[in-house]
Amino acid sequence: MRRLAAAIVGAGLVGLAGFWVLTRPADLPAATLSLLASHPADAARGEAVFWAAGCASCHAAPGVAASAPVDQRVILAGGRRFASPFGTFTAPNVSMHPTAGIGTWTLAQFARALLLGVSPEGAHYYPAFPYTTYAHATAADVADLWAFWQGLPAIDTPSQPHELGFPFTLRRGLGLWKLLNLTDEFVMAEASDPVIERGRYLVEALGHCGECHTSRDALGGLRRDNWLAGGPNPAGEGRIPAVPPQGWGASDIANYLQSGFTPSFDVVGGEMADVVANIGRIAPEDRAAIAAYLLALRSSPSL
Amino acid sequence: MHRTLTALLATAFLALPSVAPAQDANPNVTARKALMGLYAYNLGVLGGMAQGQMPYDADLARSAATSLFHLSRSGSARMWPAGTDATAMPGATRALPAIWENMPDFGARAGALAAATEAMMAAAGTDLAALQGAMAGLGGACGGCHQTYRMAQ
Repeated sequence: MRRLAAAIVGAGLVGLAGFWVLTRPADLPAATLSLLASHPADAARGEAVFWAAGCASCHAAPGVAASAPVDQRVILAGGRRFASPFGTFTAPNVSMHPTAGIGTWTLAQFARALLLGVSPEGAHYYPAFPYTTYAHATAADVADLWAFWQGLPAIDTPSQPHELGFPFTLRRGLGLWKLLNLTDEFVMAEASDPVIERGRYLVEALGHCGECHTSRDALGGLRRDNWLAGGPNPAGEGRIPAVPPQGWGASDIANYLQSGFTPSFDVVGGEMADVVANIGRIAPEDRAAIAAYLLALRSSPSL
Repeated sequence: MHRTLTALLATAFLALPSVAPAQDANPNVTARKALMGLYAYNLGVLGGMAQGQMPYDADLARSAATSLFHLSRSGSARMWPAGTDATAMPGATRALPAIWENMPDFGARAGALAAATEAMMAAAGTDLAALQGAMAGLGGACGGCHQTYRMAQ
């Protein structure tokens, strides 16, 4: 009896140790750190990354409309609330304020947050922050983005806590979730030309289109086998459609992403209005690349 | 007599499901959708020119913009009575209940649309550059409601 109890305790300890090792927050590889350090960071290029990655969609203050001028869209005070099956997430203040925001971060800390979803204190972020997308971003883009970020206003609005139920309050467990969902492989394994490859990068590494346009499994992981095939609206009622919509051509997609007008001149709404406000600010050739990728995706026999 | 009346009532009751209007035939919802269709029809003219899909035609542009101006002043506030939201009429409308929780804001956004159509009416017949310049404001005014008050598909 005593031996059985010891075995159970022992097995429990081994399990706990295994859990602790498997869920350990990762560090950036040395190669990435050296790429970050050696890159001549360019804030102007970083602004393009900022809009392509849609940072303002979540971190802009609540009530800042998609049509608001740029100087309001870059106030990263946080506070927008995102309901989910696991509870309600509130976007934090990621402005350059030294205490309320991330003003004291280093480039390496910023990169670790974006690419690995790990805070400077070594805690896992919740995947409401789309780091499974940003994990595909290049070190150069992250360094440029940080250069741009450092010029943005410091806002003293305190971040609000997430409202989650147990066991989702235990961040350590996210390490297991990351084992299932964090990969640096692209969904479209082969990009057949440079334009499609650029579009793949914009959609799969920065744009995080899949966060809404791909359905999720029971644990909230993206069903990459149903990539961009649409699903229930993760932020509210209704459904998010598959992309690209049936019958849309390359110029239809690019025009929509620039102006918000569909080919039949309906006007973009919901969360997508924020997306258009961001993607409307990137280079026209990048919008064309997104269109080329989406059309190539749908004509691909494996998807 | 009594039996006849009962039979008549029963018949009328049984007939009700077939004569009751289907949910999507609510006249307010029908009118809203017709209004949105007319907006899109006229936006298509201006947007087609702005995007270079059709040649710029000052008279046609002015006509479409004038239509939008009047549509935005067509008394459509009456089309939004309580109980005609997406929760009360699932499948029939994508109008979110938030409209009725924020009616003053909804009205203010309708006012912003009226201002944007006025700006377009002044610009559309001038030249293509002026039309293109007014397009973003007009799209933004449409999106002002779609962003907050329209359910995803």
